[in-house]
Amino acid sequence: MACNSATCQSGGCYREDNGDRVDDPFPQPPPAVATESTQQPLSNGKNSDSAFCIKCKLKESMAAAFSSSSASAQVTGGGGGGGGASDSSRFCGDCFRSNLYGKFRLAVTSNALISPSDNVLVAFSGGPSSRVALQFVHEMQMKAQKNFDASRDRSLPVFGVGVAFIDESSSISIPAEKFSQAVEEMRLVVSNLAPPVKEFHVVSTESIYSSDSNNGRNRLKDLLNAVADVTGKEDLLVHLRMLALQKVALKNGYTKILLGTCTSRIACHVLEATVKGQGYSLAADIQYVDARWEIPVILPLRDCLAQELNIMCSLDSLKTVEVHNDHHSGINALITSFVKLLQEENPSRESTIVRTAGKLTPFHFNRMPEPDDCNMQLASQRRQKKYNLKPNESLPPESFCRICNSPLKKSDVKSYKLENQIMSAEDISNGCCTSCQFQILPKDISLLEHFYSLLPQQMVARGEYSCLGEDRWLREQIQDCLLSDTEDGT
Amino acid sequence: MEAEEVVAKPPKGRFCTICNQRRAALKRPKTLEQICRECFYAVFEEEIHGVIVDNQLFKPGERVAIGASGGKDSTVLAYVLSELNRRHNYGLDLFLLSVDEGITGYRDDSLETVKRNEIQYGLPLKVVSYKDLYGWTMDEIVKLIGLKNNCTFCGVFRRQALDRGATLLKVDKLVTGHNADDIAETVLLNILRGDIARLSRCTSITTGEDGPIPRCKPFKYTYEKEIVMYAYFKRLDYFSTECIYSPNAYRGFAREFIKDLERIRPRAILDIIKSGEDFRISTSTKMPEQGNCERCGYISSQKWCKACVLLEGLNRGLPKLGIGRSRGANNELSKNAKEAKGIDSIQSKQCGTLDF
Repeated sequence: MACNSATCQSGGCYREDNGDRVDDPFPQPPPAVATESTQQPLSNGKNSDSAFCIKCKLKESMAAAFSSSSASAQVTGGGGGGGGASDSSRFCGDCFRSNLYGKFRLAVTSNALISPSDNVLVAFSGGPSSRVALQFVHEMQMKAQKNFDASRDRSLPVFGVGVAFIDESSSISIPAEKFSQAVEEMRLVVSNLAPPVKEFHVVSTESIYSSDSNNGRNRLKDLLNAVADVTGKEDLLVHLRMLALQKVALKNGYTKILLGTCTSRIACHVLEATVKGQGYSLAADIQYVDARWEIPVILPLRDCLAQELNIMCSLDSLKTVEVHNDHHSGINALITSFVKLLQEENPSRESTIVRTAGKLTPFHFNRMPEPDDCNMQLASQRRQKKYNLKPNESLPPESFCRICNSPLKKSDVKSYKLENQIMSAEDISNGCCTSCQFQILPKDISLLEHFYSLLPQQMVARGEYSCLGEDRWLREQIQDCLLSDTEDGT
Repeated sequence: MEAEEVVAKPPKGRFCTICNQRRAALKRPKTLEQICRECFYAVFEEEIHGVIVDNQLFKPGERVAIGASGGKDSTVLAYVLSELNRRHNYGLDLFLLSVDEGITGYRDDSLETVKRNEIQYGLPLKVVSYKDLYGWTMDEIVKLIGLKNNCTFCGVFRRQALDRGATLLKVDKLVTGHNADDIAETVLLNILRGDIARLSRCTSITTGEDGPIPRCKPFKYTYEKEIVMYAYFKRLDYFSTECIYSPNAYRGFAREFIKDLERIRPRAILDIIKSGEDFRISTSTKMPEQGNCERCGYISSQKWCKACVLLEGLNRGLPKLGIGRSRGANNELSKNAKEAKGIDSIQSKQCGTLDF
């Protein structure tokens, strides 16, 4: 029922229990001296425990420790709401760190996100989320390396880690000097995260085109200019970013792509998708695993709030690099400010949004594809029993939007056959979801055909596969009863 | 009024894009097309006719009650429905059904509007009041519980009141003026508040088919702005003030957001509804089991219907009963009821004695 109280417990206004008791890798020892720990500073009528970490009750909570310094605004305000200590800052620094890392580790282990034979490419934007993702995956790798060095039989290999930064300077104007400085800072960050050594790739968006860079840059510029809608242009850039990541991962032998997408970002995405009519495909984008792509994409920071990640960066002085003002416009900007407003009014709003969306049924590609080696995966497979998602063999395969790769609702897809392998304007439209049709594809037919000619090969191929897929599937169903290879029976 | 901003003086020679004969007089909020008034009336009415036909909302010979508050949505609904009923021979018997919540200075004024509608559209009117049904007016309730959670009481009571009124009128169906903006707001609200069960039901155009009175929303795809525009140009008589007790409702957040969204991309409202319809929600999600209220017989998934629970709270001076995570409320009530069996409580009043 409607209410606007921050503490209301009616209906769906759940206040998130932030005392998530995750497997604590560093359990605090019981207080050695009982008397000292009972000395609690009284603070003007408030709960006398407020100065101490609510978890270990030994060290000072971060809110108390920083209350006098100017760093408090950074720690307690972080990326979230206004005044007042957040739940996170009622931990001490160590407990906070272990709690946050615990969330990361739980996500990785219970969803089998990273296996020992993997080579993981971390998508690094320079911002706090991807910085923490990089840090945590590095720590995990170091731990695996230590175990490897200490083990006698060296049976479990250590997974590899690489870092990729997508250079979007051809689409977003960034002063060249600022840009090269930022890249150097990132290179330094990555080189400091060794051993084990991590390769740093700087990939430009235009690299998705196989032709030489100049031609690619112009093609990219033309492609983006052909999109009239501001939000459509922004979203197209995001889709191209993923294509660039896929390309560099494939080229360099990576087996997984790791994104630092956090709860807050997902909450915004939920609303963005709802508002753009993408309710059907929403569930595909917000799970831990997204295996629609050639290289599966994993989101281990899915349960961490942006505010927590900001606090983590300032707590451990993790260097973040701002390449360009992440300036959203149009609908995406409206939603970002809306979620910020809601989060200020109720600090658990982002989590509630993600939890609601988490109840939507995922797709069959939202679990890790079965590897060849069955033995190692059994435990995690048991844990994935929640959604019994095998692709239903009695239905035609899912088809995907050419541009955003979102699964298309069967009733929205008009079945069509390619006439002589030439795409008509209608064919081009039909291969895209309704949202992309509206906000990305040009309305005018000749502009549409021109736009199609500018698309990178991966998007063109994706559409053609979808179109032929159903035909091929139908044929496979009846293959054993066909007497000839051609349709007319000759 | 809002509609005035949208009517811009077209440059000389700008014709309506639909008929190409008359001068364009307005920009259509849903599509931004520049059209004349006559064409606007036509597309507005015919789109609603299309929704009614495509979704098979009515059958010939049905008695249909229109939930009439005197506001723009229900006034336009009454006007358009009686017009389409005539024009396309739906064969419906239409009635106006109004609920008097007992809000001085708001409801008594809007009820006057409905009484005028009764005469203007020639539709028989029935008014049901909270006072008669429950023994409480909203004024009295707000005096007791304040301005938080009062919308909960009113909403629950109104739903039942409409059903009871519909039964008294012996109608087969109830129509309400919920428009596209309302439904989009509800979709957003349910996402924000974690209500996955409601999220799966809130985009249905017809609800309650398995209950006492099915209800439908012919305005599901009609923009609020267009309803205002229609009412303005047709000079329909309606009452346009916000309920005086509602300023704090959480829905306000969603409403503001949708207004901003509409400015950037008008079709987003319909896109939200489409997303709501397309959400993949497992049908095995626990849906409430349907039974009947022990106290009054109304449809309920718990021992007592929500209205009875709330009423009990009011009568016993426990305004929080039924608000919040009411794990124990129903159990507590039945326990206490058993204890107080023999005692006749003068204060406590039944929900109503109608058998369902």
